[in-house]
Amino acid sequence: MKSKAVFAPYLVWMVIFILVPMLLVVYFAFTDKSGAFTLENIMKVGQYSNVFVRSIWLGALATAICLLTGYPVAYIIAHSSVRRQSVLIMLLMLPMWMNFLLRTYAWMTLLEDSGLINNLLAALGLPRVHMINTQGAVVLGMVYNYIPYMILPLYSVMSKIDVSVIEAAQDLGADGRKVFWKVTLPMSMPGVISGITMVFVPAVSTFIISKMLGGGGNLLIGDLIDMQFLGSSYNPNLGSAISLVLMVLILICMGIMNEFDDGETEKGGMMP
Amino acid sequence: MKKAVSRVYMTLVFVFLYAPILLLIVFSFNDSDTKSRTVWSGFSTRWYEQLFQDRMLLDALRNTLIIAVVAAVASTVLGTLAAISIDSMKKWKRKLVMNITNLPMLNPEIVTGVSLMLLMVFAARFLGVDLGMGSIILAHITFCLPYVILSVLPKLGQMDPHLYEAAQDLGCTPVRAFFKVVLPEIMPGVVTGMVMAFTLSIDDFIISYFCSGTTQTLPVFIYSMTRKRVSPEINALSTLLFAVVLLLLLVINIRQGKVGKKREVEA
Repeated sequence: MKSKAVFAPYLVWMVIFILVPMLLVVYFAFTDKSGAFTLENIMKVGQYSNVFVRSIWLGALATAICLLTGYPVAYIIAHSSVRRQSVLIMLLMLPMWMNFLLRTYAWMTLLEDSGLINNLLAALGLPRVHMINTQGAVVLGMVYNYIPYMILPLYSVMSKIDVSVIEAAQDLGADGRKVFWKVTLPMSMPGVISGITMVFVPAVSTFIISKMLGGGGNLLIGDLIDMQFLGSSYNPNLGSAISLVLMVLILICMGIMNEFDDGETEKGGMMP
Repeated sequence: MKKAVSRVYMTLVFVFLYAPILLLIVFSFNDSDTKSRTVWSGFSTRWYEQLFQDRMLLDALRNTLIIAVVAAVASTVLGTLAAISIDSMKKWKRKLVMNITNLPMLNPEIVTGVSLMLLMVFAARFLGVDLGMGSIILAHITFCLPYVILSVLPKLGQMDPHLYEAAQDLGCTPVRAFFKVVLPEIMPGVVTGMVMAFTLSIDDFIISYFCSGTTQTLPVFIYSMTRKRVSPEINALSTLLFAVVLLLLLVINIRQGKVGKKREVEA
C-alpha cells in the first residue's frame, strides 16, 4: 500500500497535537513570564511536595482498596456460568456510563453532615459522623469511580485461565488454597498490573473528586494544576512545571510496573 | 457456605455501586424546594419540566452531540488511515509512532488537557479567535485517535495481506481495492473504534474543561451546576441520561443475543 501518502495526515496531526503541546509544556515549565529561561518554576514545585505526597498516598490507598475488594469480585464473576458472566459484567459497566461528575455528586448528598447516611444514623439514635470534606471521602470517591477499571482487566485475564491447568494442579495434590497461591494468582498477575495502572494514574491526577468530596483542605496535584491554569492563582509557567513533574512521576511508575509485568510472564511461561 | 459468602459479597458490591445512582433517581422525583436535597416531600415531575426549559442546558446538550459526532467521524477516518500505514511499517519506525500515539492515553488526562490548552490558546491568539467548539473538537479528535488506532490495528494484523494484492492483480485500483477488500475485513474494528470515540467524547470532562473557553458541553455544564447552584434539576438530568444508556445497552444486548442465536442455528 502507498503508506507514505496515507500516513501524511496522521503524521501532521501527531506532530501538531501530540508533540507540540508536550514541547509547549516543557517550554513553559522552563521559562518565566517574559519568556526567559529559568529553573525557578521547577524549584517552586518543591514547595508543594506535601501535596504530591498526599496525592500519591491517597491514590495508592485507593488503588490498594480497589485491588483487595475488586479481586474477589473478578474471581467470582470469572467462575460463574457464561450467561451470568455477561450479565454481571454489564451491571458492572453500567454505572461507568453515567457521567462521573454526577456519580461523585451523588456521594456528596450521601456523605453530607445533613446527608442521607447521617439522617439514617440519627434516626437510629446513633451519633452523626462527619464524613464530607475528609481524606476518607476522597478515597471513597476514587474507589467508587475507578473500581471497574480494576475489576475488568482482572476478569478478562482470569476468564482466560485454562481450567485444565487448575485441574492438573488439583490432580497433583494441591488443595484449594495452594491452587490459588500457586496457579490462579500468578497467572492473573498481568491483570493485576494493568488494573493497578488503570486505577492509580487517574486517581493520583484527579482534581474533581478532591474538590467535590474533599473540600478545600485536601488539595491534590490536579487541583494545584487547575488553579494555575483556570483558577485563582493564574500562572501557566508554574502549572506547566507541576504537570511536567507529574508526567515524569507517572511515566516512571508505569515503567516500573511494566518491568514487573515482563518478569512475571517470563517466569510464568505457561501462557503461549 | 462458600456460595452464600460470595453471593453476599457480590450483593454488597453492587449495593455500593448502585446506591448513589438509585438515590439520584429517587430524588429527581422529589417535590421539595431547592433547599434540601435529602428530605422527601412528595412525588413530582417538576424538575423534569424545568430541565426542558433550561436554555443553557439544551445548548450544552446540543454542543455535546455535535462535538461527539464530528470527533467520532473525523477520528475514525484519520485513525483508520493511520492504522493502515502503521500496519505496513517496519520495526523501529512502528515502535516510535506507536509510542507517540499512546502518549495521550498514558499521560494523566489533566496533563493532556493542559498541554492542549497551551496549544489552543497560542493558536487562538495567533488567529485572533476565541476557544470554543473548534478547539474542543480538535482536542477530542486528538484523544480519541489512539483508541481508534488500537481497535483497528489488530484487525489489520489478522487480515491476509495477499487479499489486497490479489484484488489489484485482478484489476482493482488501490482505492477500489481498499473499499472492496480491506475495509470490509477491518469493519468490526472500525465500528468499535467509532463507538468508543463517540462515547469517550460525550463523557469527557477534563479535556473539554481546559479547551472550551466559554462554550459549554454537557459535562462542563454539569460541573458548573455542582459548583454554583445546586438544583434537583441535576438529578432529573442524571436519571434521563441513565435511562438512555440503559435502553441503549439493552437494545445492543438483545440484538447481539439474536445474532448469536442465529449463528448457532446456522452452525
